[in-house]
Amino acid sequence: MGDWGGYLSLILQGALVTAKLTVMGCALALVVAFIAGLGRVSRFAAIRWLATAYIEFFRGTSIFVQLFWVYFVLPFAGVTLEPLQAGIMALGLNVGAYAAEVVRGAILSVPRDQYEACIAVNLTRFQRMRHVIFPQALPLMLPTFGNNAIELLKGTAVVSLISLHDMTFQAQVVRAQTGSTLIPFATILVLYFLMALALSRAIRMIETRITRGLDGVR
Amino acid sequence: MTDPIIRIDNLVKSFGTFKVLDGLSFDVMPGEKLALIGPSGSGKTTILRILMTLESISDGHIEICGDQLYHMRRNGREVPADEAHLHKMRSHIGMVFQHFNLFPHKSVLENITLAPILTKGTPRAKAEARAMELLEMVGLADKADARPAQLSGGQKQRVAIARALALQPRIMLFDEVTSALDPELVEEVLLVMKRLAAETDMTMLLVTHEMGFAHEFADRVLFFDKGRIVEQGPPEQIFSNPREERTQSFLRKIIAAGHRV
Repeated sequence: MGDWGGYLSLILQGALVTAKLTVMGCALALVVAFIAGLGRVSRFAAIRWLATAYIEFFRGTSIFVQLFWVYFVLPFAGVTLEPLQAGIMALGLNVGAYAAEVVRGAILSVPRDQYEACIAVNLTRFQRMRHVIFPQALPLMLPTFGNNAIELLKGTAVVSLISLHDMTFQAQVVRAQTGSTLIPFATILVLYFLMALALSRAIRMIETRITRGLDGVR
Repeated sequence: MTDPIIRIDNLVKSFGTFKVLDGLSFDVMPGEKLALIGPSGSGKTTILRILMTLESISDGHIEICGDQLYHMRRNGREVPADEAHLHKMRSHIGMVFQHFNLFPHKSVLENITLAPILTKGTPRAKAEARAMELLEMVGLADKADARPAQLSGGQKQRVAIARALALQPRIMLFDEVTSALDPELVEEVLLVMKRLAAETDMTMLLVTHEMGFAHEFADRVLFFDKGRIVEQGPPEQIFSNPREERTQSFLRKIIAAGHRV
């Protein structure tokens, strides 16, 4: 007891792991979301089907179970992952499934007359998406992406179950050693909140940058 | 005798059980200015949309610049056109829409240069020089860097005309291009189109409710009703001496509604 400096640095180490999981999980989620979201609006039935299967599976089962599969079951298939890798993968694939639906919804909400204008100026399917549809869909995705990123941050706490020393795990350690619940958990409460705040600020900044000059478009 | 640039043969278009176009046939000669008039729901806009491949056909044939639009030959057999064939055919045709359909995230200049750069591989500098010429022609050279949202309806439509012209199509389709405009903005768009008709040998098809403009603009007027051509001829004949009862009653209604003829 009394060594609060040491306990704090323990929690800060955990915060670093949580931040890593969040940033890398978000990066993976983003990539997966674009692939699966675009897959959902593909003209090829097989691709649509694959994307739908992925999305429904990861939205329909719990992140907890997914994490256990990635970490404890995949090794039987010959794929062994570090705890951090497993955590990033489970979080990224899980949140990516939700974000994929955001991508799909945003793309479908670009008005039909934009597609028609593209056909009239003879753009190919790829050019239509790349230069006209996607740039207009992107600003619509961002606010919900912000939600998804914060969900992912809060979801990182489950990784303590595969012995990753994230912020929640470290708070448990401190609690076990000091017998105090209030202090460690109040600390991580504030830290989670600050991280979420930073995330939503970052998204807001990207939003203003991307939508600059687009005001009054719709 | 030159060949028609557009040949429509026995065209049928159904939406569900409703036949919008019912065995329609007509030819358009190169350079001809055609006005398509008729009550709403008569199928005139559908014809333009079919020519721009925005709508599929139910039956019949369309030939554009000597090639089938919706069919192609494979192993000596006629099969439905694929996307590559449609892409090739679309390069002959440009379209201006009722609601402009400009790209809101691009500047006026980019709206015009996007397609030439992407589809024709025109170098950017050349595409921009050409776009500036076109903007000059439609009187909007000072708006090159503006966004569509900053323009009035009439200005948007003039940009849309420049965008379509940038690809140098042989056939231009105008779909009720003044219908969405405030009355005081109609004139500026019509002026541009008049110049275009006078100065180019482009083939133009115009769907319009502006009978006065159709009269001035067109070499030939086609009056549609229920997916068929009821009457066609030079504007003097259609507007001053319509033979068919349906044409007469349509024009009477239009005049009663305050349109000039």
